[in-house]
Amino acid sequence: MELLAFGNTGWGDELFYATLMTLAVSITAMIIGFFFALIFTPLKLSKHKSLNLIGNFYTTVVRGVPELLIIYLLFFGGSGAIMYVASIFGYNKYIEINAFITGAFSIGIISGAYSTEVFRGAIQSIDKGQFEASNVLGIKKHIQFYKIILPQMLRLALPNLSNVWQITLKDTSLISVTGLVEIMRQSYIAAGSTRDPLFFYSFAAVLYLLLTFFSMKIINKLEIKYSRGY
Amino acid sequence: MDLELMTNSFPKLLNATLITLKLLSASLLIGLFIGLFFAILRMNKNSFINKFAYGYSYVFRGTPLLVQIFIIYFGLGQIEYLRSTFLWIVLKEPYWCAIIAFSLNTGAYTSEILRSAFQTIKPGFIEAGKSLGLPRKVIFYKIQIPIAIKQSLPAYGNEIILMLKGTSLASTVTLMDLTGVAKYIISTTFKPVEVFIVAGGIYLFMTFVIHNLIKYLEKKFSYQ
Repeated sequence: MELLAFGNTGWGDELFYATLMTLAVSITAMIIGFFFALIFTPLKLSKHKSLNLIGNFYTTVVRGVPELLIIYLLFFGGSGAIMYVASIFGYNKYIEINAFITGAFSIGIISGAYSTEVFRGAIQSIDKGQFEASNVLGIKKHIQFYKIILPQMLRLALPNLSNVWQITLKDTSLISVTGLVEIMRQSYIAAGSTRDPLFFYSFAAVLYLLLTFFSMKIINKLEIKYSRGY
Repeated sequence: MDLELMTNSFPKLLNATLITLKLLSASLLIGLFIGLFFAILRMNKNSFINKFAYGYSYVFRGTPLLVQIFIIYFGLGQIEYLRSTFLWIVLKEPYWCAIIAFSLNTGAYTSEILRSAFQTIKPGFIEAGKSLGLPRKVIFYKIQIPIAIKQSLPAYGNEIILMLKGTSLASTVTLMDLTGVAKYIISTTFKPVEVFIVAGGIYLFMTFVIHNLIKYLEKKFSYQ
C-alpha cells in the first residue's frame, strides 16, 4: 500500500493526476469527435454521390485501420503537416505540437468516425412523418433540426454513444506511446522505477474499471432523462 | 510523395502481415473456445458461476487491451513461482503473451455475443426438439448451436475486425507485426504519410476481405 502513498514517497498523487489526464483527454477527444461527426454525418446522408463518398471514406478508413497506426501518423506527421502549412504563410521555424493536442486529436478522429455512424443510424431511424409534419407546418429547417430532430435523435443515439465513450476512454491508453502522462504512461514509469509491474498495471486496470463503471452510471441517468415519455 | 519508399516498404510490410494474421487466427480460435465456455457458464442457473462469468467479461471489456497485454507480459514474469514452472516457457515469449492477452480479450467479447445469441433463440425451437423426443445433447448441438451461429455472425464479424485492429498492440511488446514494422520504417525515414498509406491499405484490404467473407457466410446460413 505504501507504493500508493501521496507525496514524494509513493505514486498515489501521480496516478491520481494521471487519471484526471485520461479523463481530460477522453472528454476532449469525444468533443472533437462530435465536431467531426457534425461534419461527416450530413455528408454520409447527402444525396450527392461525391459528398457521400467523402463521408464513407472517412468512416471506412478510420474504422478499418488500427488506432495505433493513426496515432503514429499524427504523432510523426502532425508537426510536419502544420509546419508545411505554416511555411506557405511564410513561417519557417520549428513547431512542436503538444502531446495532449496530438493525442486528443488522434483519438478524436477515431471517436468521430464511430459517432458519425451512431448519428447516421439515429437520424435514419427517426420516422419520416416527423420531417414531413414539420415541413407541412412551415417550420424553418434549422429550428426543425434543433427542436424536433435533435431531441429525438439524442434519445436514440445515447445508448450507442455510451459505447463510443467506452471505446474512446479505452483508446486513450494508446496515446501513452506518444509520451503523454496518462494512466498507462504513469504506470509504466512507476513500474519501471519500482520494478513492480504486476501491481501497477493491475492498479491501472482497476482505475480504468472505475472510470467505466462511474461513467456508465452517469450515462444511464442521462438515458432515463432523454427517454421521458416513452 | 515518395513512391520509391512505398514500393520498397511494401514487401517488408507484407511479410509482417503474416505475423499479424498468425496472431489474429490463433487468438480468434482460442478466443472462440473461451467465449463458448463462458457463454455456457453465463446461462448457468447457479448465481455464483453466473456472476463469475459476468465478472470475467466485465473486467476484460472494461479495461484497455494494452493494460491486459502489459499485465501478462511485464507483470506475470514478476511472480517467482511462475518462473520455475513450465508455464514460463510460454510466458517469456512476447508472441505467446500477446496471443494469451488477445484470446482472453476476444473471449470476453465473444462470450457476450454468443450469450445474447443463445438467449434470443425462440423457446419454440427447443420445445419442438423436446417434443420430438430428441436428447438434450442433440438439441444443443443440432438446434441451438446452428441457430446461435447464424444469429451471432454479424456481431462476430465486427469482433474479428476489432481483433484485427487489436493485434497492432503486439508491436508494444516488441513484436514486429504490420504496425510494428510500419512504425519502424516511419521512425527511420520520417515519412509517416507514405508508410501509413501502404500499411493502412493492407489493413483495409484485410477488413474488406473479412467483411465480405462474413456477408457470404450470413447468406449461406440464412435458410429462411
